[in-house]
Amino acid sequence: MIDIVKRRYLYFGISLLVIIPGMIALLIWGLPLAIDFKGGSLLDIRFNTGTVPLPAQVSALYAENGFNDSIVQTTGQNGLIIRSLEMTDAQRNQLVAEMESRFGSTITVQRFESVGPSVGQEVAKRAAGAVGLAALGILIYITIAFRGVSHAFRYGIAAIIAMLHDVAVVLGVEAILAHFLHWEVDALFLTALLTVIGFSVHDTIVVFDRIRENLNIYRRLPYETVVNHSIVQTLVRSINTQLTVMLTLLSLALFGGITIRHFVVILLVGVFSGTYSSIFNASPILVVWENQEWRTWFRRSPSSS
Amino acid sequence: MSRIYRLLIPIALILLIAIYIVLPNSPGIHFLGINRDFSTRLGLDLVGGVQALLEADVPASTPINPNDMNIAKKIVENRVNALGVSEPVVQQAGSRRIVVELPGETDPAKALAVIKQTGLLEFVDMSSLSGQQAFALLHTKINTDWSPGGNQPSQNITPTSTTPITPTLTPGISITPSAVPSSTITSTVPISRGPTFHTVMTGAVLKNVYVNPNPGGVPNVAFELNAEGAQIFKDFTSAHIGQVLGIALDKEVISTPSINQAITGGKGVIEGKFTQAEADALALQLKYGSLPIPLKVITSETVGPTLGQDSLNKSMIAGFIAMCVVVLFMALYYRLPGLVADLALLCYALITFALFRLIPVTLTLPGIAGFVLSVGVAVDANVLIFERIKEELRSGKALKLAIDLGWKNAWPSIRDSNFSTLITCAILFWFGNTFGASIVKGFSLTLALGVMVSMFTAIVVTRTFLHLILDKINFTQHSRWFGV
Repeated sequence: MIDIVKRRYLYFGISLLVIIPGMIALLIWGLPLAIDFKGGSLLDIRFNTGTVPLPAQVSALYAENGFNDSIVQTTGQNGLIIRSLEMTDAQRNQLVAEMESRFGSTITVQRFESVGPSVGQEVAKRAAGAVGLAALGILIYITIAFRGVSHAFRYGIAAIIAMLHDVAVVLGVEAILAHFLHWEVDALFLTALLTVIGFSVHDTIVVFDRIRENLNIYRRLPYETVVNHSIVQTLVRSINTQLTVMLTLLSLALFGGITIRHFVVILLVGVFSGTYSSIFNASPILVVWENQEWRTWFRRSPSSS
Repeated sequence: MSRIYRLLIPIALILLIAIYIVLPNSPGIHFLGINRDFSTRLGLDLVGGVQALLEADVPASTPINPNDMNIAKKIVENRVNALGVSEPVVQQAGSRRIVVELPGETDPAKALAVIKQTGLLEFVDMSSLSGQQAFALLHTKINTDWSPGGNQPSQNITPTSTTPITPTLTPGISITPSAVPSSTITSTVPISRGPTFHTVMTGAVLKNVYVNPNPGGVPNVAFELNAEGAQIFKDFTSAHIGQVLGIALDKEVISTPSINQAITGGKGVIEGKFTQAEADALALQLKYGSLPIPLKVITSETVGPTLGQDSLNKSMIAGFIAMCVVVLFMALYYRLPGLVADLALLCYALITFALFRLIPVTLTLPGIAGFVLSVGVAVDANVLIFERIKEELRSGKALKLAIDLGWKNAWPSIRDSNFSTLITCAILFWFGNTFGASIVKGFSLTLALGVMVSMFTAIVVTRTFLHLILDKINFTQHSRWFGV
């Protein structure tokens, strides 16, 4: 039988290998916030005829109208996405009309969003609250569901640690990808993150449930062995479920619209991390806790000498 | 055995209902007093349209009367309905915000202008019309000579007066509508093309409006005018006794009372064959022709129709491919039980989609993603059961027993894992609701529905189908059908 629990520190190390660069990226580059969170406007337009003006030309036109720090990006063959300060619909109409006359092309507005700055801050605050609340709700639920097992609380904490692992992975990957692909953290990213939390715990509980069951069957076996046995027993299920979810997400990423690609990619990363953490982190943490291994963390371990 | 068949009947019934609802051009339900049509509601990101978040334009520290907010919502609703958008949504989000969604609306500037406008209440001179002619104008648009630039008073109504009202107020000086609905009215009134009426005064001169319960009789609507209004009203009513004084809100005639006698005291009563609700509504319109709370647009989003259509097509294709991949995977890996699970999965998709149409849930792009993801959850339940069944089979159990045991052993993990997902969904929904972030709401709603239906299909449908199809198979002869 594969012994996953024995090599637990190797798997913890692999997790850190992903999380640490991500956290460094997060510290250095931070997360660029979309207008959902910081306020501002986004205008997604398509030029129907003629040539698409250079981003600098559009920026200049914006500046003439009092919108100084606009960011212009090209999309597709003849589209532009312009981000700038919050504006009213009337202002937007005027800008579009001016662009039409100056660049000699009719313009189709694909998407326009404008968010006041106060809402943005509030959304960010509430989002953090939502994550905390979700964690608390899940902790309570697991503690109740596992009340028959000794140290039921540990299972809840281990599940939360695995969940925080996934949050860290997602945030880190987002920080790196956002830097290179010019992604922004928007309400959809937040939704993806919260979904990852739900799925992470979902996966962890399946393994924990098996431990709960096996503890009753194999009363004589050491805790470590029972935990490993449970992981291996649920391994096929974990991989198969993950495969189906990843396949569905992959088809969404490849064939779904561009609007949700960012969202789907984050979900992919998170679901993968969620399965990894439920197999290689959550249950081994239970063993670490049971053995109280932190006492030997900073001493020379007997096996390595 | 009989237990299985007993379950089969409700399953078949549910599926039949689901098919009926999902049918394209479903006839809907139109009997037993129920009147429902079924159609798939598509969100703004799929059909294009305008979404706006309106916020009370008062300092954050100022408490807002929930009742005022409710009235503001109703007024916005009325204005939105006038835009003629097919399925507008007006919802209160939190205590000081209103979300407005206008699917299919292509001119956001116009739409927002209509929403934000202050309602204009006018008292118009309809002395040229008979009572019946005036009555026929009810709920149509008219032209008036009032313009905001003129020396007329501004149209702001200040509903600040809190003077206690005595119900015995001046019953003598009242105006009563004499126009009674009559079948003989045949003249069709051209909208906005009729004569231009003179505006006697606007709602700005109203000091107070309230409903008189009028014990023992029909309720009426009483109003008080300020000094300026009282003078105008006195002059006008003395000169036009017996004629009609029309009341229009945003140029739409809402009442056509006729003047019984000169009203000199600045106080009047509008009498009519009102029900309590009608009287309340009229008082509300008179009092709050303009919004009780000023609103400003803090967030607006416009999606062009082409982008929406493109997203819809792509996500349909993606969803279809995702379904195919999952069905194929299950059949290849789990063989015969996999095929059974595929059947259950189709039932799952059917029931969930039917629920979307029944509730109805507005489908957005993330909503579709939530649905596709919940397919993964539905598969997970089946995978959990099958892995357990395989274990039991390997340990030498008979097939029928293995199915029962496998299901029984898998149930706690299905229950607990799905419950934790539901907890997250609930928090997401709350989060989306406070901000009118309908995308977040749509996603959590579809995911939660999917999770619940998937539990149902895993518990009831998969199990019944497994027994139905597999019980009679000799497992030892056909173990390869099970991939064991």
